[in-house]
Amino acid sequence: MTKASIFSGLRNNIFAGFVVSLIALPLALGLAVASGFPMVAGIITAVVGGVLVSVFGGSYVTITGPGYGLVVVLLSAVAVLGDGDMQAGYLYALSAVILSGGLLLLFGFLRFGALSDFFPASAIQGMLSAIGVTLLLKQFYVMLGDMKTKGTVLELFLNLPELFKSLVAAPTGQLYAVSIGLVSLCIMFFYSKITNRVFRLIPAPMWVILLSLGFDAYFTLLGAGNPISKKLLISLPNDMLTTIPTPDFSKWKEPVFWGIVLSVTLVSSIESLLSIKAVDKLDPEKRRSNINKDMRALGIATIVSGFLGGMNVGTVISRSSVNVNNQATNRSSNFFHAVFLLLFVVVFQHQLGKIPFTALAAILVYTGFKLAAPVIFVRMYQIGKEQLLVFLTTLISTLLTDLITGILIGLLTTFLVHVLLNKAFWLFSRNLLKPNVLMYKESETQNYYVGVIHFCTFLNFYMLKSKLDKIPQVERAVVDFSLCSFVDHTVQESLQSYEELFERKGGALEIIGLDIHETDSSHPFAVRTLRPMKKLRVFGGGRTKRQLQLEALAHEKGWSYSEATKSQKRMLRDHPVYQTTSVERVYNLIEGPEKRLSLCDIHYSEGAFIAKENIQTTLLRVRLDKEVPVFSFDRELLLEKLSHLAGIHDIDFPKYPEFSRDFYVQGKDPKKIRAFFDDKMVSFFAAYGFYHIMSNGKELLVRQFLRPATPAEAAAMIEFGLALKEKIDG
Amino acid sequence: MHKNEYNTVVVGVAFSPNLKANVFEALRMSVLFDATLVMVHVGEKTNEKEASLGKVISGFNGAVPNYRVLWKAGKPAEVLLGACIGENADLLILGAVKREGLLKYYLGSVARKLTRKAPCDVLLLIKPSVDRVACSSGVVNGLAHPKTKEAIDRAFYVLSTLGAQKLTIVEEIPEDSVAIKVDDDRSLRKSTIAKERIELRENSRVLGLLSHIPKNIKETLEVVVQPIFGRRGYSIGHYARVTRADLLVMNAPSKLTLLDRLFPHDLEYILSDLPTDVLIIR
Repeated sequence: MTKASIFSGLRNNIFAGFVVSLIALPLALGLAVASGFPMVAGIITAVVGGVLVSVFGGSYVTITGPGYGLVVVLLSAVAVLGDGDMQAGYLYALSAVILSGGLLLLFGFLRFGALSDFFPASAIQGMLSAIGVTLLLKQFYVMLGDMKTKGTVLELFLNLPELFKSLVAAPTGQLYAVSIGLVSLCIMFFYSKITNRVFRLIPAPMWVILLSLGFDAYFTLLGAGNPISKKLLISLPNDMLTTIPTPDFSKWKEPVFWGIVLSVTLVSSIESLLSIKAVDKLDPEKRRSNINKDMRALGIATIVSGFLGGMNVGTVISRSSVNVNNQATNRSSNFFHAVFLLLFVVVFQHQLGKIPFTALAAILVYTGFKLAAPVIFVRMYQIGKEQLLVFLTTLISTLLTDLITGILIGLLTTFLVHVLLNKAFWLFSRNLLKPNVLMYKESETQNYYVGVIHFCTFLNFYMLKSKLDKIPQVERAVVDFSLCSFVDHTVQESLQSYEELFERKGGALEIIGLDIHETDSSHPFAVRTLRPMKKLRVFGGGRTKRQLQLEALAHEKGWSYSEATKSQKRMLRDHPVYQTTSVERVYNLIEGPEKRLSLCDIHYSEGAFIAKENIQTTLLRVRLDKEVPVFSFDRELLLEKLSHLAGIHDIDFPKYPEFSRDFYVQGKDPKKIRAFFDDKMVSFFAAYGFYHIMSNGKELLVRQFLRPATPAEAAAMIEFGLALKEKIDG
Repeated sequence: MHKNEYNTVVVGVAFSPNLKANVFEALRMSVLFDATLVMVHVGEKTNEKEASLGKVISGFNGAVPNYRVLWKAGKPAEVLLGACIGENADLLILGAVKREGLLKYYLGSVARKLTRKAPCDVLLLIKPSVDRVACSSGVVNGLAHPKTKEAIDRAFYVLSTLGAQKLTIVEEIPEDSVAIKVDDDRSLRKSTIAKERIELRENSRVLGLLSHIPKNIKETLEVVVQPIFGRRGYSIGHYARVTRADLLVMNAPSKLTLLDRLFPHDLEYILSDLPTDVLIIR
């Protein structure tokens, strides 16, 4: 980064950093308490993260600090390692934090990059929701003034009636605190619904703090003093920034310790990676983060933070998006957020002591709810019952066991579901380690063609991903799945975000070859074999994005669209070259008025038995009013294998030597064909030489590739068809 | 003898449902190459077999080339191999099953054994057909390898004889030939530029290999050069599959060992999952 770019927009970045620090302050305090760490640990984490990652990081507008996901893991780490002794547990947990920082650094150097890509999307979602449920329940107790409750999620859930009963008998001091908590929760929930501009100047978590301070000020003015008992108010030690705890590494021999190190690392890196990816989509300057570099920076920051008594440094999404919304342009805003945070703590140390725990807990209850919101369950169900199964399995097993076990069970479940859906273990066992992706730049169109065979799931997505990452996102790319028998939800979701990235940068990534998977699923034994993805069903009856785009294309013209057709099997019969082919399926049919012009995807095969060759392509059919000769027009003569037809000649055009040289025109009646190709026709056909055209006298069939056309190519074909008809029929 | 010409073609005949298709393909090839066809049957000669083979051959419409039938019992691979050496064959035609079973893959089928040991070129047909299916496009590898020049020459000869229109020369460039790791926009830009440079270099190398090919042969085919960054031996097969090429011409690797089959590379990717008809140049 040049100096100029650091200082340009410095004002914006300082302001953005300031706004973010307003949110970061309550979160840092709340997350530290919830993790079983001293309150100041949250501040240390955010400050160290902000300073170091802004220097060493590879992303642009992200904010770093303590993450939500970690709370649950760290809390159990403190409890398990300390065996009841919170202080000892804290020191052990610090050593785990430091080691996990080392692991992150290692991952960064080994260029593991997106670790999260190796896990099924639904399993990750399940794990995050499990974290959400735990956070929600634990903090719900704190919000209602119960600071001491321990136990598993199930116990916490079953004890809820007890909690409500105890509230009735609670002292007034606690009730005040509880009501602040409840009001805070309302603020968190309804903040997004309120449109008042003045109200929205201050972020919701800051309102929660202001509410607590206002409450205190009110009672102080009355001269009564704060009625909330001291126990429920946060307290920052006076020497908080001077005493540095010493991490205790003595547990390194115990497997439990390493389990915790792994969980912490896993959660921290997954949360960070998901956040970095999400923030990249928000960045107004459309930059691509260097994920490996960012991982290294997070690793370094985590190590330093651990030695200073802080938690894991991660990239956090909500603070980052506030950062972007406030016009941050580079990493300096992360740095300023750290500076302001430190300033607040030093200057307002006294005021911070007036905030009740219940208010901070309310913020976390809200966050926990967001992570495990009912809408996530609904979405999972909509994607597919099998996705819901994976999601719930991961969620429940994470709650019942621990994080690593949970996600591994989720991974295994996903794999079993895939095997069951395909009824074929060999598809995976045989092709798992084989390369399955081909990428090259089509010399004809300059598009990047990416072909995938065998199967493509979370197991081998990294192979496709590494190819996709190498395509400049300002270019056009076509991802072809027509030879790939199984594509899972994780891959499709990732591709969706690639589509967005390409679109933002002015390029395009289009997916073809999935429509046939869907139509094939009408086979009783292949129900979801070829396309288990029901994601789009919610919006358009099981259609892929391409199908939706084709439908839009048809409607734009006022034409009809139907995704599956039955009566078209004989459509190629009238064409001599297609007499040996058998049409398997015609789908995605777009028809113009009176069916004079139509476009469809077609799946046909040539030959039979072992010689059978399947072809999927897009055909344009133009019905003519005028009679034309029977001919085929082609640049490469790759059209179809014509040799079985007798009496077909290559036709020369002495008048147009260049045209004769560049194109193959074949037919039975050279005289008529020469008459048909006059000056106008020759120049018109030459201009569209990339199409393969065949005529049976009354009808023209036009084809471009031996693969389905992308929606953009389909639109171009229709325009060509209209021009062609105009040219011939006049 | 011009080194590029096929004078003797050997084909194995078994009395399977595919007999007619295999024999017809071999007959057609021999006519096109103007070569003598040696049909080898592994097994005893019986009147019955002879009659049914004669019946098949008499059903061939068009000129029947010079042909002989050898009857010899023994192990299929050894008999065919012996025939290739004894007859001084230039080309061995084998009908391949499109997908070999998992078990067979490791045990090594007859075809695989022959592919490795044959002293001459080997043509693996994945879809022998009774009626002629024209061969319209071919793919040949353009690796930087001493044998490549010969493979390209042979591809020109075979494809122009078969009446094809298009030949694509695929240069597979290993990904790690671009030293730049793509992390962000800047490294991506750098690696894209580096790739373009390598592509230009490779293209000119391949075009250099074409310079000595006689003009009359060169003009019968439209030649396309396609660089692909990817796994060697794998990408070309996948490319032949997606472009629906009719023939894939490959150099034979120097030697294949058991390790090569456990850790497939180069030709093994193609042999384990034939994308189309494959011609292996010895």
